[in-house]
Amino acid sequence: MSTLFAPAEPAVESQIFDRAETMSRDQLAAVQLDRLRDTMQRAVTLPFYQRAFSASGVTPADINTIEDIAKLPVTTKVDLRDGYPLDFLAVPRADIVRIHGSSGTTGKPTFVPYNRNDLDVWSDLCARFLVAGGLKSEHVCQIAFGYGMFTGAFGLHQGIERVGAAVIPVSSGNTPRQIMIMRDLNADVIICTPSYACTLAEGAVAEGIDPKTLPIQFGHFGGEPWTEDMRECLEVGLGIKAFNNYGLSEVMGPGVSGECAYRCGMHLQEDHFLVECVNPETLEPVAEGEPGELIITTLTKQAMPMIRYRTRDICTITREQCACGRTTMRMSRVVGRSDDMLIIKGVNVFPTQVEEALLKVEGTTPHYLIEVDRPGSMDVVSVKVEITPGNFSDELKAMQQLHDAIDRAIQQVTGLRMKVELVAPKTLERSGGKAVRVIDHRREKGLI
Amino acid sequence: MKLHQLSVFMENKPGQLVAPCKALADAGISIITLSLADTEQFGILRLVVKDATEAQKVLEIAGFVVKVTEVIALQVPDCAGGLSELLARIENAEVNIEYMYAFTDKLDDKGVLVFRFSDPDRALEVLGEDVEVVSRVDLYEKLGVK
Repeated sequence: MSTLFAPAEPAVESQIFDRAETMSRDQLAAVQLDRLRDTMQRAVTLPFYQRAFSASGVTPADINTIEDIAKLPVTTKVDLRDGYPLDFLAVPRADIVRIHGSSGTTGKPTFVPYNRNDLDVWSDLCARFLVAGGLKSEHVCQIAFGYGMFTGAFGLHQGIERVGAAVIPVSSGNTPRQIMIMRDLNADVIICTPSYACTLAEGAVAEGIDPKTLPIQFGHFGGEPWTEDMRECLEVGLGIKAFNNYGLSEVMGPGVSGECAYRCGMHLQEDHFLVECVNPETLEPVAEGEPGELIITTLTKQAMPMIRYRTRDICTITREQCACGRTTMRMSRVVGRSDDMLIIKGVNVFPTQVEEALLKVEGTTPHYLIEVDRPGSMDVVSVKVEITPGNFSDELKAMQQLHDAIDRAIQQVTGLRMKVELVAPKTLERSGGKAVRVIDHRREKGLI
Repeated sequence: MKLHQLSVFMENKPGQLVAPCKALADAGISIITLSLADTEQFGILRLVVKDATEAQKVLEIAGFVVKVTEVIALQVPDCAGGLSELLARIENAEVNIEYMYAFTDKLDDKGVLVFRFSDPDRALEVLGEDVEVVSRVDLYEKLGVK
């Protein structure tokens, strides 16, 4: 078992919000099958799913075990965009009580409608992970997510209220005001993106306040990918415990999964979501511990049931039972997007794997650029790696050893031989502060 | 007695030498001697200048990765066997020569070679009194470096 899912010391004292989180795997499978059939019945009322099911030759009657999910067609972001504004609505319009939207990177948002039952379930699921991560009714929680179409603020807000704790809905921005409110109202919990938590710490310093003296005890962070390094930075910097949670508006919002006190992966709320982790190319399930794309089917969503939604989020999963007593499957942090996946000589490679390899080589920072080309019939891939004061040596021999160490590490992690080129520092292209990690010349040439 | 040599990482492609040399020139720093070691992919530019600390700062501001290495400059009699006699002493002491290169100018009619030894202190010890080690002061006084 990888250390990824090994339980750490419990970070907080916590409880289990709902007994459903601890049901046996057999019981869970029965609940899932029942609910999947239900979802199928809702889905077939929609023209999109009627077309998709008939194109794949499946009917709700073909679903006899939860493994039969693999027979169903997948739904993509493009499908949702094509269904603008509300083609996926499966309840009467009058039953809608809320509409959220995901920020479309290409113009129009994707609208996500909820009926009363959906909001209730959503509140419960947020309450589950908040309680798993130490929330109690006496806590005061400051929400610094932006309120709006985005699901983050509202989802957490409802979850906190469900637990019976207090919400301060500050919304995003105005850091000095956030700090003032936090101190004056003695907020114990902060809810925001991990990067905004960093901003808060910096903001405190700018005002001459030691961030560790802020009243915050722990934070539930989400809305963007982050790393263990960032967690440590936040915990030390703010003197808090930091928890990760995951969700996406297309299937509900936050509450799909979240960490318990042991913080060894995020517990997926499997009685409400049927989650697959698959190879993004073949859609075949990957082995536990191997990175794959999450495909999520909603099991209880009524206003907008989602069948096999391709999240494009890459992570690893484990079904090994957690020390906290929950029986649910756990997922790692999101390590990448399947849109970023490269297929080189038939092998799937994620840029983050190269990053991981570089971090294994002492003194090397993850500043790199992967270039893929196909000059003849074979793919050729090179990795440019920036030299740093930490790994530069005056001796060619040592530099050659560094080169070979990087070469070996990349081969070990990705299973592929890449041509490693050492380049001068700060020479790799950075566009608008964001590093360019991959240039695929095969795409420019129309070869893939 | 040891000299501070600067080593600069270079990519092995045309035009790479211009930038570090220009950065030093703009700062009015004269290069006393230099050598370039290279592989197919990258190279290491090694420089001896009067003020290594200042030059390092200039190069780092210009974006280079720079390392300071201790080297020893020796005066070698400009005659047959001048070098081999000297190298024998090093060899017997099992000190490795990581690399070496020569000064373009002579000092007191002798050639000057720069050595990077695996163990500079041990090298100085075994070389003996009669071998003339070039000090930093010799460099710019006798060689007339401005």
